[in-house]
Amino acid sequence: MTSTQPYPAAAAYGRLLDQANRHDPYPYFAELAGEPIQRLAEHRWVVSRHADITALLRDPRLSAQDDVDPEGPAGSDGKPFRGPFLMLDPPHHNTLRDQTMHQFMPRIMGMGPRIEAMVARLLDRQAGTGPGEFDVVTALAYPLPVGVICELLGVPAEEEPVFHSFASRLTRALDPVESLTEQEIAELQVTRADWRDYLMPMIARRRDRPGPDLVSGLLTDGDPETRMNTVELATTLGLLLIAGHETTVNLITNGTLALLRNPDVLDRLRADPGLAPAVVEEALRYDPPVQQTSRRATADVRIADQVVPAGDQVVILLGAGNRDPRRFAEPDRFWPERPGNAHLAFGGGVHYCFGAALARMEGQAALSAIATRLTRPRLVADPPPYRANMLLRGPEELRVGFDAVTG
Amino acid sequence: MTPRRIVIVGASLAGLRTADSLRANGFTGELVLIGDEPHEPYDRPPLSKAVLAGRTGTDRLFLPSAQDLNARRLLGVAATGLDLAAGEVRLADDRRIGFDRLVIATGSRSRPWPVPGEAALRGVHLLRGREDADRIRADLTAGPRRVLVIGGGFTGSEVASSCHDLDIPVTVALRGAAPMASALGEAVGTAIGARQRAHGIDLRVRTTVTALHGDAEGRLRRVWLSDGDELEVDVAVVALGSVANTEWLAGCGLAADPRGVECDAAGRAMGLDCAVVPDVYVAGDVARWRHPHFDAEPQALQHWGNAVDQAEVAAHNLTHRHQRPATALPAFWSDQFGLNVKSVGLPHLADQVVLTQGSFERGPFVAAYGRGGITVGAVAVNSPRVLDGYAALITERAPFPPAINATDSPADATVLSAGSNSAESSGPALTTVHGGQS
Repeated sequence: MTSTQPYPAAAAYGRLLDQANRHDPYPYFAELAGEPIQRLAEHRWVVSRHADITALLRDPRLSAQDDVDPEGPAGSDGKPFRGPFLMLDPPHHNTLRDQTMHQFMPRIMGMGPRIEAMVARLLDRQAGTGPGEFDVVTALAYPLPVGVICELLGVPAEEEPVFHSFASRLTRALDPVESLTEQEIAELQVTRADWRDYLMPMIARRRDRPGPDLVSGLLTDGDPETRMNTVELATTLGLLLIAGHETTVNLITNGTLALLRNPDVLDRLRADPGLAPAVVEEALRYDPPVQQTSRRATADVRIADQVVPAGDQVVILLGAGNRDPRRFAEPDRFWPERPGNAHLAFGGGVHYCFGAALARMEGQAALSAIATRLTRPRLVADPPPYRANMLLRGPEELRVGFDAVTG
Repeated sequence: MTPRRIVIVGASLAGLRTADSLRANGFTGELVLIGDEPHEPYDRPPLSKAVLAGRTGTDRLFLPSAQDLNARRLLGVAATGLDLAAGEVRLADDRRIGFDRLVIATGSRSRPWPVPGEAALRGVHLLRGREDADRIRADLTAGPRRVLVIGGGFTGSEVASSCHDLDIPVTVALRGAAPMASALGEAVGTAIGARQRAHGIDLRVRTTVTALHGDAEGRLRRVWLSDGDELEVDVAVVALGSVANTEWLAGCGLAADPRGVECDAAGRAMGLDCAVVPDVYVAGDVARWRHPHFDAEPQALQHWGNAVDQAEVAAHNLTHRHQRPATALPAFWSDQFGLNVKSVGLPHLADQVVLTQGSFERGPFVAAYGRGGITVGAVAVNSPRVLDGYAALITERAPFPPAINATDSPADATVLSAGSNSAESSGPALTTVHGGQS
């Protein structure tokens, strides 16, 4: 079979993309990690090992932006605007990211108790003394990050369902283009236009009457010379919504799944809430919400014994690096107490996850509550059904049975 | 043979990390940690920054151990001699401590102001240890009219930055053409110097201090500079580099001098005959060695990361038959004037430098350094997260100038002379850089 493939790694990568394998991509990650770098197609490579990934994410010769000259509106730097800062290189990347961070960090610093309260309210809806079951995705993992982002952006509670809907529809945009149908691509374009139509009036309102929210801060704070313009603002908000939302859903769901499959860890977390940070880090390593990313070489780059020519694309398998036995002892074991858990779930370099601190707060609050409030929780279906999204991978639903949910 | 007792002389970063790493490597024998300071090991980088600026106190700089060291600590007593034949370290209180294996990690100290009478004036300081930092801090909080920093290396620049944080007028006088030029070269040093000046620092390059004058109480009041100027100054910080703490090794047979103790890349001390001396290892600032990656003379790499790397290598080699060389690329950082300056490789070896990302004039930038057409170092200003790419280039001995072609790479970067060979005026900073073009 593989002899007809010009590039053997393409077959393993194809199995990664295959929905039938969505519940467990790790055997294919391991297969791909057999070599430090392999070719997927004529100008496309795949890298799977922890050390190589760590270095490449911090290499300025690997660009996060495509080399197509953009058309359309100008950015605040006077050059044609290319898109969200996740897909931009320095220097404009830094200008946009720094402004956003400046608004974001102070607002999330004190949010811990409010996030815990949101988690508590969501689980209160399941509270009862009798046995039952609920879907962790719809009952907790989805509403929590939507609630948090809406609070950050100053979106009223009644508009949360709108946000929810945009989040799930826009997320597909982050999947590899080849995994999308033409219809899906067309739908995405419509969704993007709808998103802008929704945001523009909101931005205009904040400009007229600024509030304490992040959008108002971005519109009014800092140096007017470098302040992001409206197109950039709308794009940044879209990025915060997608990148901060679906990822957190997957962190909570994947983490719950790992805990329920490893009852000893669940017991330890229940006994010691101080273990929550380590559990979240291990969940991020063991089953990362973002499974891969990609870059384009701007110059010839040597990776292991291979020179990747300038212009080629490099697919970086974060999910494989997180299970690299060269870096992690017993990589397939869910082991929160493992020493030196330098996982790749948040990426690295200039694009290191913007929302890492918030994700950790949400993950810790959610997993702690799962451990402490559910009596004898168990999986109803294992494996659970998975969503089609390959890049941001996670269960579509996670039904959990319990004897009781304590108040 | 597994050693029964390992003695580590020097209880700062390198010594502590060696002890830590020995335990992590499974060493269960007796461990003795000797230090001339009375304190538990503490972290020095904050002294010139957070401590002087008042953001932390010197009682909050503990260096944590990852392991239960179970070590005998002889703190507050200096080692004064080494008898290799007897396998003994001699202490200032005349005790003799026997060892099976010895680790020398005595570090370095600040080079003193050469005129003893001036150095003794109140208000004239060195900066090396906790007490130094406490004394300078006390003087800074007393509201000095102006602080003079003598020397423009990393320590001097960071002290100036801390003074600036406290809104204290500060003059930096340095002999070279630019701050940090001996580490980063003149071109990059000049670019950073321009940014220091933009913060209102009175930076005087190619300027020496000709005299420090005190009042009747022996308190510093006035200084004279080689440019003819005379300043009213209440505090002076002497930051003229360092001298290795090797006096205690005089006559013991090791290749030790004020530049350090010579050792190989595995950390093994060398004798005067250039042969490895068994059972004696060297780590940290005091180690003078030839990094296997660079074609250069033996040198001390006085960086935090180097102390950690060498400590780990020494601990490994003390507990394993196979001797592993230290191969980690040198790296260091400095925080000053809102700038994060981070380096990888050995920029000071370079003969050429090129701007590879950003701009010398404003915003973040990265410069790569070459020696004989090979990339040997890189320095990033406010751009620490890209340096791994440069580390890869240095590791593979990539041709210089390296191809980066990043979105923020300058379209037409000119290769500049890296060194401080220029005798031209310090002038507006960047003209000097371009004057050095080759």
